[in-house]
Amino acid sequence: MKKHLLILFSAIFFAISIWLTACSETNNPTLLEENEELSGGTATGFSFSEEAFGEPISKLSSVENNKFQIGNSFFRNNWVSAPSSVTARDGLGVLFNTSSCGGCHFKDGRAAAPEFFTGKPLNGLLFRLSIGKDANGDAIPDPNYGGQLSDNAILGIKAECKVQVNYEEITGNYADGTTYKLRKPNYQFLELAYGNLAANVMVSPRIAPQMAGLGLLEAIDEATILSFTDENDKNGDGISGKANYVWDTKNNKKTLGRFGWKANQPSLHQQTAGAFLGDIGITSSLFSVESLSNSQNLLYANLPNGGNPEISDENLDNVVFYTQTLAIPARRNYKDAEVLAGKQVFIDLNCGACHTPKMQTGNFHKIQQLNNQAIRPYTDLLLHDMGKELADNRPDFEANGQEWKTPPLWGIGLIKTVNKHTNLLHDGRARNMEEAILWHGGEAQKSKDKFVQLSKNQRDRLIKFLESL
Amino acid sequence: MKKYTVQITFICAILLISGLFSACQKDDNSQIQLQATKKEVVETYANIVYASYSDSYDKANDLLTKVNSFIATPTQANFEFCRQAWKDARIPYGQTEGYRFYGGFIDGDNGVEGLVNSWPMDEGYIDYVEGNANAGIINNASLFPTITKTTLTDLNGNGSETNIATGYHAIEFLLWGQDLFANSAGQRPFTDFVSGNGSTAKNQNRRREYLKVVTELLVENLAQLKEAWQPNSNNYRKKFTENTNYDATIGSILRGICILSKGELAGQRMTVALTNQDQEEEHSCFSDNTHIDIQMNFKSIQNIYFGTYKTVNGQIITGKSLKDMIAAADNAKSNTVLSTFSETEKLVNAIPAPFDQAILNDAKNNNVIANSINKLKKLSDQIVDGAFSLKITVDTTE
Repeated sequence: MKKHLLILFSAIFFAISIWLTACSETNNPTLLEENEELSGGTATGFSFSEEAFGEPISKLSSVENNKFQIGNSFFRNNWVSAPSSVTARDGLGVLFNTSSCGGCHFKDGRAAAPEFFTGKPLNGLLFRLSIGKDANGDAIPDPNYGGQLSDNAILGIKAECKVQVNYEEITGNYADGTTYKLRKPNYQFLELAYGNLAANVMVSPRIAPQMAGLGLLEAIDEATILSFTDENDKNGDGISGKANYVWDTKNNKKTLGRFGWKANQPSLHQQTAGAFLGDIGITSSLFSVESLSNSQNLLYANLPNGGNPEISDENLDNVVFYTQTLAIPARRNYKDAEVLAGKQVFIDLNCGACHTPKMQTGNFHKIQQLNNQAIRPYTDLLLHDMGKELADNRPDFEANGQEWKTPPLWGIGLIKTVNKHTNLLHDGRARNMEEAILWHGGEAQKSKDKFVQLSKNQRDRLIKFLESL
Repeated sequence: MKKYTVQITFICAILLISGLFSACQKDDNSQIQLQATKKEVVETYANIVYASYSDSYDKANDLLTKVNSFIATPTQANFEFCRQAWKDARIPYGQTEGYRFYGGFIDGDNGVEGLVNSWPMDEGYIDYVEGNANAGIINNASLFPTITKTTLTDLNGNGSETNIATGYHAIEFLLWGQDLFANSAGQRPFTDFVSGNGSTAKNQNRRREYLKVVTELLVENLAQLKEAWQPNSNNYRKKFTENTNYDATIGSILRGICILSKGELAGQRMTVALTNQDQEEEHSCFSDNTHIDIQMNFKSIQNIYFGTYKTVNGQIITGKSLKDMIAAADNAKSNTVLSTFSETEKLVNAIPAPFDQAILNDAKNNNVIANSINKLKKLSDQIVDGAFSLKITVDTTE
């Protein structure tokens, strides 16, 4: 009899334990916030496939949907050399980095750093050049190569150079004795085709970041961003937070910068038009002159172009609309106990001092769906000194050579799914999130030092949290 | 009494355990039946894929034969045979485009889609264009001393993910030239390929070489597609059909046709062209064959959904279909899809040729393009909805 009761009890126990595991996702309910999985409020996307960064925000009208489609078409498809039958899509180059936006932002995602030298164009990593700043604070371009190196060109014309990358390996230790390895890139510009680079040239490598959620960042009130500033570190936490003020070409005035690795672009319109010109060689009404140096102009000024401008205002507007309406994917596993424990580590390490978790968008954006949303971008959109190791030593408006804009962390867990790599930071040197954290210096030195002190278990939890973003 | 206690205890235990699992477990037999049906649906799909790639390969081979004859004996008549063979080759290939968009063999890692069918074409990368008589690989012997398959394949990815110098549209450009005319397709003279007396353009021998090599490359790429889907081989098809997560596989198949219908055909290929009102914003812009491309792409969706493909020789390949499954699960939803299919078919087939003129005059043509776009979008949404009745969620994000 007892034996049979034992069977009954074990069956009950077995049943209950199954039921419990099915429902026990969190043992840390206080950390879990309401709706925290909705990184973009109602402008959150729910595709977690390799198309995760390409989803439109919901509630687009049919006219808006068409704009999105057309924008996508001009973002994704190649531009071709002029003259061509496809008159809306010709005018590539003559010098360029890639022939479509999607060439670098593949599937609206992030480019990987080059692993080794192939002799081919890099498609995703570019180099800004300058020899100083002009009266507006804007970069003065290199006399022979302009403001950006072009490692590609149309048929019959020489690309400006080939880029060779070599990585220097750096080793370090965690407090628990575990060794870690980092790689620091060194670039060489081979086969420079238009003379020497200026002796005082400053070079800044920039990787193509993912596109999702950009519209929401544009919809944040300026006052909200400025409320995060602490330029003179009045609160004494060692973290300043400085706004970049950059040239707004359309409005002919200085404005708060929020896009680009140094927050050097004021709007997605200017960012997009700038990329069309600098990266693809496509003129627009905003930037109507091909970016050729004087010597290149003498050689190439008479070559056919793709019209004036090469991208029509309407199509540029559609591409901008496309970049504004890409939804930010919702978080995954956000209730997972390990993820929540990682969230606690994120808080303990004070990561949120720059990677601001939560804010509200304003009420001014012309795309209504972006307004008044509680968003969780994990950025303050401000400049911070990140230390000597990460420095490009090239100022960009108010940003000095050691300052970078806090990149948003939302979506970074999906880069692996979309782009099949986990490279991070402005030049893609970090091969994963752990390395990215270990590169932090300057204002983030304290947080990084605390990270090094953590146990393996705690470090893994932090990574799990970041992967859930 | 003791005996009963034992039995009751056992029964209680079993009831308790089975009760817990019953929520997620239907009748075993119907489960097995459903799995078998799904397996059949996947098999039908694989058969259709193979048959249509086989046809595409055969027709491209026919084109190569015509190209070789033309190169051996360059006459107007032989040139026309090439053009007709190109148009014939587009018929089966257009019906394969529904196999895209899920990272399958055609457009997954190392897929050949970009080599076979990329658009837009950078025609100035290949040959002379209006305004630049010296453009293109053909006219740049110093940069490209020889034109080989390797030369052309290596250009793939030189600048971006997609190719600019190969595939159907590269051949199309060589056979028709730029379409600079409202009332006809491109008018490249066959003498562009003839050296000596009566020749036009320059580098005729290099143009012949290009035409031959690019057609050979197309045949080669289509052979890869055909082999990947050949039955009873250790190939992509084997992995595809033997994966027992049939819901995921069917989800991929549905994703392919839903994206082709809405995002690609209605969106990228028709809405963009109609809204931009740009004469050559169309896929087969040199030959004015875009209306056929649209019809065949629609047919691809239809073939896959109905589980039926008619080969170029008139043979019918058919089997258990997505349509059958959705009809069994939810007849009302199935009927909605079916009526949209027939409405869309009428509209798509009524789009007048040439497409480049039709986009300029859609209002005069009862908005047949605009209405096709709406129906194709609706069709995609309704198929997604139908798939819900199979408990399959179709991700149509691009």
